[in-house]
Amino acid sequence: MSLVDESFELKELQVLEGHADRVWSVAWKPATGFDGVPAVLASCSGDKTVRVWEQSPSSGSFQCKAVLEETHTRTVRSCAWSPSGKLLATASFDATTAVWEHVGDDYECVSTLEGHENEVKSISWNASGSLLATCGRDKSVWIWEVLPGNEFECVSVLQGHTQDVKMVQWHPNMDILFSCSYDNTIKVWAEDGDDDWHCVQTLAEANNGHTSTVWALSFNATGDKMATCSDDLTLKIWGSDLLTIQSGNGSAPWKHICTLSGYHDRTIFSVHWSREGIIASGAADDAIRLFAEDGDGLVDEPKYHLLLKKDKAHDMDVNSVQWSSAGNRLLASASDDGTIKIWELISLAGDQKPPL
Amino acid sequence: MTLGLINANPVVHAKKERVARPLDDPHADDAVDPLEIYDYVRDIRDPEHPYSLEQLSVLSEESITVDEKLGRILITFTPTIQHCSMATVIGLCLREKLKDCFPAHFKVDIKVAPGSHADEEAVNKQLNDKERVAAALENPNLRQLVTECLYSSEL
Repeated sequence: MSLVDESFELKELQVLEGHADRVWSVAWKPATGFDGVPAVLASCSGDKTVRVWEQSPSSGSFQCKAVLEETHTRTVRSCAWSPSGKLLATASFDATTAVWEHVGDDYECVSTLEGHENEVKSISWNASGSLLATCGRDKSVWIWEVLPGNEFECVSVLQGHTQDVKMVQWHPNMDILFSCSYDNTIKVWAEDGDDDWHCVQTLAEANNGHTSTVWALSFNATGDKMATCSDDLTLKIWGSDLLTIQSGNGSAPWKHICTLSGYHDRTIFSVHWSREGIIASGAADDAIRLFAEDGDGLVDEPKYHLLLKKDKAHDMDVNSVQWSSAGNRLLASASDDGTIKIWELISLAGDQKPPL
Repeated sequence: MTLGLINANPVVHAKKERVARPLDDPHADDAVDPLEIYDYVRDIRDPEHPYSLEQLSVLSEESITVDEKLGRILITFTPTIQHCSMATVIGLCLREKLKDCFPAHFKVDIKVAPGSHADEEAVNKQLNDKERVAAALENPNLRQLVTECLYSSEL
């Protein structure tokens, strides 16, 4: 499929209402949405709850199947499913991370991770589900080991960022951790062996880095490229040598590849790279934008172009955009307007124009 | 909270005379009028002194600019002193007071007047980080202080 020659439309399939406050994040449950398994999505909100939505096989519409409440005492800022989909971790401004398990028809909180001094902002599971990372306003990144019986043990507290850490994300196939912060940098953390984690690289302004808060980062499917988005109104693409990453020995340095500027005029809160290579961004101008790599760019200097801009995707800021990994070209978005929207990326025949 | 006032001797000004605005303006609901916004915020009490932001010249009519086309509101305020540590609290008060005052798609940016604060860039960054603002307003102590600043004139 060529992303260069075709034109696309982002079709709004459904608006999910129910949260009583802004929705901060959404997360698709792994291994759902194909082969007859209904797609499942989790969302979390300033209303202190998490909602789980499931797509009905007959009608195709999403319904709220569960409300996870009375656990967090403040905003729930982000949520992440374990790779197997058995557990859902939620990060809250109440300084805790809760881990939930699907039990029968409901979700039960099976563990609460404490330790951060104040708001926890992001959680990420590594590819094998053996490690969990959290980060927060206390400038630290915590790594937890997942033990049998839903036990979690903190194996490292990483200091290094000089300000609020906004997001953590594990590399898609290696146990390398990435974090991005209000201090305008992205940090790469790796293990020396024996739980000795340290920062192996910092991507700062001097490395063609961002000049304001970095809100999110996302990897491409092969894990050799990363997109970051910022309050500085740009998206940056970074690359590393795949073979070096995979060899595991020595650091695989990340280098700036390209900066997408002039496309956003307000803070970009979220960026997500689909398995097909489409980069979605969600911003404070209420719009969703999609970018793809140019077909004729040089291997060493790939270029990216705007595929489409969905103006007024929501009535207020878009806080999160997430592609489903099910290959169904579904995109979920979360907004300050209290709703989640499900979109489908439709490709139009070459000579068709999208309807106005 | 620091002991002792940051600025023990603020300069207090008289309140500017209020102009009565016509109630029968047919476009009253559509337009976002900077003077209307000013009316909402001028009486917010300063976090440290028993005077309004207007009386302390922290805010004036010129503090508010509106770009209707883009849907943007910019509020520029002048802390009473260069090292004011209450600047972020004033920012919180402004956002909280204005939260339901105009159409949802309007974006509000709050800044300190250029040159009016020693850490201008750092303060502006914090004032406009939506996540930091949201978390601050969930902090009971800050919430309490903001409530006092917003509603003390009604108590």
